[in-house]
Amino acid sequence: MPDNPNGGAFVPIKAKEPPFRVVKRAELPLNRLMVFYAISILVAVIIGGLFITINGVNPFSYFKEVFSGCFRSGVAFRGLVRIIVPLLMVSLGVAVAFKMRYWNIGAEGQLIMGAVFATWASRLLPNLPAPAILLIMAVAGIIGGGLWGLLTAFFKCRFNTNETLFTLMLNYVAFYIVDYLRNGPWQADPGFPGIGRLAANSRLPQLFRLDISWIVAIVLVFVIYVYFQYTKQGYEISVVGDSISTARYAGMNVNRIIMRTMFMSAGICGLAGMLKVSGVVSNYTLDTGIASGVGFTAISVAWLAKLNPFGIFVVAFLFGVLEKGCSVAESTFQLSAAITQILQGLILFTILGSDFFIRYRLQRTGKRGEVK
Amino acid sequence: MTETVNGKSSEPKAAIELRGITKKFGAVVANNNIDLSVRRGEILALLGENGSGKTTLMNMLSGIYHPDSGSVFIDGNRVVINSPEDAKKLGIGMIHQHFKLVEVLTAADNIAMGADERSLFLTRKRFEKTSEICKKYGLNVDMEKYVYNMSVSEKQSLEIAKVLYYGARILILDEPTAVLTPQETKHLFEILRSMRDQGCAIIIITHKLNEVLEISDRVTILRKGESVATVETKNTNATELTELMVGRKVSLEIERPKVKVGANLLHVHHLTIESCDGVEVISNVSFDLSEGEILGVAGIAGSGQKELCEAIAGLHPIKKGAILYKDENIERKTPRELIQLGISMSFIPEDRLGMGLAASLDITDNMMLKNYSQNGRTPFVDRKTAADTAGRVVDSLEIVTPSINTPVRRLSGGNVQKVLLGREIEANPKVLITAYPVRGLDINSSYTIYNQLNKQKQNGAGILFIGEDLDVMLELCDRIMVLCQGRVSGIVKASETTKEQLGLMMTQVSESEVEKNAG
Repeated sequence: MPDNPNGGAFVPIKAKEPPFRVVKRAELPLNRLMVFYAISILVAVIIGGLFITINGVNPFSYFKEVFSGCFRSGVAFRGLVRIIVPLLMVSLGVAVAFKMRYWNIGAEGQLIMGAVFATWASRLLPNLPAPAILLIMAVAGIIGGGLWGLLTAFFKCRFNTNETLFTLMLNYVAFYIVDYLRNGPWQADPGFPGIGRLAANSRLPQLFRLDISWIVAIVLVFVIYVYFQYTKQGYEISVVGDSISTARYAGMNVNRIIMRTMFMSAGICGLAGMLKVSGVVSNYTLDTGIASGVGFTAISVAWLAKLNPFGIFVVAFLFGVLEKGCSVAESTFQLSAAITQILQGLILFTILGSDFFIRYRLQRTGKRGEVK
Repeated sequence: MTETVNGKSSEPKAAIELRGITKKFGAVVANNNIDLSVRRGEILALLGENGSGKTTLMNMLSGIYHPDSGSVFIDGNRVVINSPEDAKKLGIGMIHQHFKLVEVLTAADNIAMGADERSLFLTRKRFEKTSEICKKYGLNVDMEKYVYNMSVSEKQSLEIAKVLYYGARILILDEPTAVLTPQETKHLFEILRSMRDQGCAIIIITHKLNEVLEISDRVTILRKGESVATVETKNTNATELTELMVGRKVSLEIERPKVKVGANLLHVHHLTIESCDGVEVISNVSFDLSEGEILGVAGIAGSGQKELCEAIAGLHPIKKGAILYKDENIERKTPRELIQLGISMSFIPEDRLGMGLAASLDITDNMMLKNYSQNGRTPFVDRKTAADTAGRVVDSLEIVTPSINTPVRRLSGGNVQKVLLGREIEANPKVLITAYPVRGLDINSSYTIYNQLNKQKQNGAGILFIGEDLDVMLELCDRIMVLCQGRVSGIVKASETTKEQLGLMMTQVSESEVEKNAG
């Protein structure tokens, strides 16, 4: 139907309005925002509860078990903290890259390489006093993870490669490097794949019966907050993330910023790897399971928290509770591990969905728009 | 649920009528209780300052937004426009400020893409069918040409052909002349008149008062989201329209203060620049810029202005020639060093955001974009000074914003632009390069910008003013350099030339080349 040549009346469309329309909200104050998140978690728990009921378990006792699985005793709580610490650190690490709109999904590999370098340092210098070797291992971890990330940034700047693919693929490379090491040069017992435990001088000291990695993680929350909010480098990251041409226009050395930021992001993940390998949680052993998917969970954590370090702390804590609590409840009620994962997925889904209602509201159409 | 308007029987039924339209975005009231109507065979100009809600209103007609309250009538029937699809069915066609075309397709395919014909294959017939429309309205579009080969004015004609092909009888044009040369504008107006005579209803949004007076039959003026008046064009004049728009008296004279021209600042010496694709865009260009003068650069959009600006700011490599700042070659200097030397460049691209601002950062953060590293060796940024600057800029340029902590992308186009210009002027640069500073700005803001530029000139800055409105350049600039296809076709004193002469110089080379090719 080209053209309407006679220019006459058009067939009018019936004045029918949909019952609701999506309208953008004014920005919500923090307390209203909290209410929204609380409601969304509640909704998630209710839906999850229904799901648990279908599986023949009383949802109230299930969630009670989830909670007590984390907080009923010192042992339980320490178990929780051990899950949270690596997740928190890696989430902070990827947040640094995400702030620059650099899609670092290789935290997994960077963590592994941090652990590999730290282990290497420990093996090279077996006779140093504990504080010295731990410091050297930390630096080695940062460098190992950092270089693993810097590699992708270098190629991005030089040849404009796709960092999403590049960082993802390097995860597998890192994974198989550990596989090679435990079957080859670093093999502890012939015929059995495995790297021996770190020497006693390379194990983290304890505070409150937890290794001190939790202190590092908490300090890092504040450091990253200040870095993002108040430093020139943090400012540069925001500008580059917003528009590279604007950053160039402002006289920034964009390539240097990209490489520096990616080194930092990956370095934090590497440090997390070092802390993990020299902590109780890994039994002081480097193995292929050292990262155990933390690098991917961290992506959800960072985005759910909108890259805010304190938000990341809260979200990582909640994720930790889910993981620890559900695994306890899972064995108490003899549910399959898949059910826990479905439950986690549901909760994630509801919280992400609530974001829509934070930004938009549904408005009833009808009477108000009518002509009198 | 179709109702008939009980309008005055003596008046012909309006092709389109809006009653009491209100639209809020969060806390911001973009449109408040707006009434407007256009008859068939009439051109209505919609006039208003930046952020007065013109584009929002028109977006509601084209189905992009929905009014919170109020009603729309087409030919007397109440309609609800839920989507662009509905708008198309109702015969409403909108030509956006930024063209919505697929560059890698031909003109005909751009049209066929959105047409309602349901067939599996594209046939040769589409070229004929689309060409017919062009013939009927005198549009000059080659339907087999690819869009990426088209000039801005061709693209615009294609946009018009597109909506006409879809059967639009109500046409909305959002600042259609902003990117056209005077000659092209004249041609556009001929097309619009021919469409009007064939019974179309046309709404045109523009900031240029002379165009409003030339083309429209009636003018509706919006101010701060409300429709303040509708007047017959033949009974009004530029001064009255400005007063209605701004809400107070404004002088329409642009001053050109006499300033003693000082030392030479910038010397561009046989400059040749290639674009990123290796095409020579600036060829052998030479000019001087001294303290206390405004040098205008006139030329059809895409005559190498962007590359020239970027080269001076150190953002684009130089092929041949040199740029001297105070007798020092700046070719090897980094953009940051040039900023510190006092060379400021602000290029307002068509989308207004491309370069110079970080859209998701707030006004304060954008203020320190270029000088954040200049507060010594401390690792921390000085946000307090930036906030002070932001406050001053918001006040002096009357930027409409909830606060200085609002992300720039939330501001309306004109206000975004003021943030950029405000920052550049606030830095008191030695050389101020500004391209299209008033592109799409309303009268009041434009004059504020002109005054600020004059102030800089009086302070001894050298200003390179790359513009598009020849009338303005003739009044504001001291000298005007005309670019044509990357070459200088002349540098003239603004007080000794005319608009026609400049227009000729802008197209001179291309016309002679056409003759050459023909002969």
